[in-house]
Amino acid sequence: MRIPCPLCGTRDRREFHYYGSDDYLNRPAPDAPIEAWDDHLHLRDNPAGETRDLWYHETGCAQWLRVHRNTVTHEVYGAELVAGLKGGVK
Amino acid sequence: MRYSGFKVFTEGLFGNKGWKTAWRTPAPKAEYDAVIIGGGGHGLSTAYYLAKNHGLRNIAVLEKGYLGGGNVGRNTTIVRANYFLPGNTEFYSHSMKLWEGLEATLNYNVMHSQRGLINLFHSDGQRDAFARRGNMMINQGDDAVLLDREGVRELLPYLDFDNTRFPIYGGLLHPRGGTARHDAVAWGYARGADQLGVDLIQNCEVTGIDIEGGRVVGVQTTRGPIKAKKVGMVAAGRSGQVAAMAGMRLPVESHILQAFVTEGLKPVIDHVISFGMGHFYMSQSDKGGLVFGGDLDFYASYAARGNLPMVEHVMEAGMTLMPMIGRAKVLRSWGGIMDMTPDGSPIIDKTHIDGLYVDCGWNYGGFKAVPASGWCMAHLMATNNPHEYARRFRLDRFRTGQLLDEEGTGSQHNLH
Repeated sequence: MRIPCPLCGTRDRREFHYYGSDDYLNRPAPDAPIEAWDDHLHLRDNPAGETRDLWYHETGCAQWLRVHRNTVTHEVYGAELVAGLKGGVK
Repeated sequence: MRYSGFKVFTEGLFGNKGWKTAWRTPAPKAEYDAVIIGGGGHGLSTAYYLAKNHGLRNIAVLEKGYLGGGNVGRNTTIVRANYFLPGNTEFYSHSMKLWEGLEATLNYNVMHSQRGLINLFHSDGQRDAFARRGNMMINQGDDAVLLDREGVRELLPYLDFDNTRFPIYGGLLHPRGGTARHDAVAWGYARGADQLGVDLIQNCEVTGIDIEGGRVVGVQTTRGPIKAKKVGMVAAGRSGQVAAMAGMRLPVESHILQAFVTEGLKPVIDHVISFGMGHFYMSQSDKGGLVFGGDLDFYASYAARGNLPMVEHVMEAGMTLMPMIGRAKVLRSWGGIMDMTPDGSPIIDKTHIDGLYVDCGWNYGGFKAVPASGWCMAHLMATNNPHEYARRFRLDRFRTGQLLDEEGTGSQHNLH
């Protein structure tokens, strides 16, 4: 699997560290109800097909990427910098 | 038909013409008392124990492919009861006891081989952790022997004891641990369930779960609607999609785990061995193939095949531990879809919908749990109360903080 880093170009998957679903980007407010935190930290749509998840370009530009890819075929459609996403995600 | 050595002998004399199919191929009925979604190891054992322990007869197992075509036929076949945490330890201990009587119970040869499992350690700190784990196993009533370096050398002389980076300090021997023939476990439970009247319906994918007034009333399938008073979701790596039909989000992310087998070799590895400093474990099958595996590929996947980086990592770990296997040729590799939970422990629980139950989150420990998972899930579905050995496998434990993080690695799906 190769991931197209917006800064470094297409690189081997070995350069990246996988973190998890982009649910992690939607952080609830500190005083949000416990259900919101459970949703954020634990519960997952877990799609078979297209997904968006977070990868850290560990041995490249050290940026967090949101990668759009397919969990069934391992096809990677694209990646964007998390730093470039404004005001929440979904 | 009862299987026996005598039967094998007499069938051999008469051209093996007397064998019958091991289970029926029924058409789905319009209504069942209980429907199990998923005809893998856990689904089949749930159906079997529902019929055997709880006297239910009108049960169906719905399988979208063929019986035992998922993870129960795609694992490294290890059976062990070496868990540490209260909640896990009694459950796996119960599972081990069921394994030990399984062949007699099912009248089926699952080739359960208690050849001993050895977890190696490579530092003083790790020795302390394993000593503690061993004491916990003994307290639970299972067996554990702490081996020093020479004790390991006696059993496994071929390991690289003086590896510069990861010298072997010793190992925790679990004598009752071992392996079993994975397919046979599915087939044995399928045959046993069928004999008790359970309908095993293959090529029947569930496409919807019918809920009326907060209560499950049946399922929609590719072979028509089926009414059911109780529905058990036992879909392993596909649990997320099944639960989504009931409008639920599970604390599960599906990941790929690869395993490998070499060409057949003469007997060389008598035990199940695990490396303490890399995720690597190996045993030798009765056919002679070295069966081994490693860690997850670490990213969410349903591909049932892995990528090269983890292949390399597993081979490196194997070569570090036992350089003698370097000349063996890898014959096959495959991937299973693991339903990973944020604490690495499973879920056997009711849902917020009456009559709908879930058994999932087996991470990569599902195979050894097949008997006890079915036992406890059947108890839950029959009585609507959790079984005492599975009472901590709660669906809401992440919200309530009652985690069962056996390895203490943290609350993230791919860390276990």
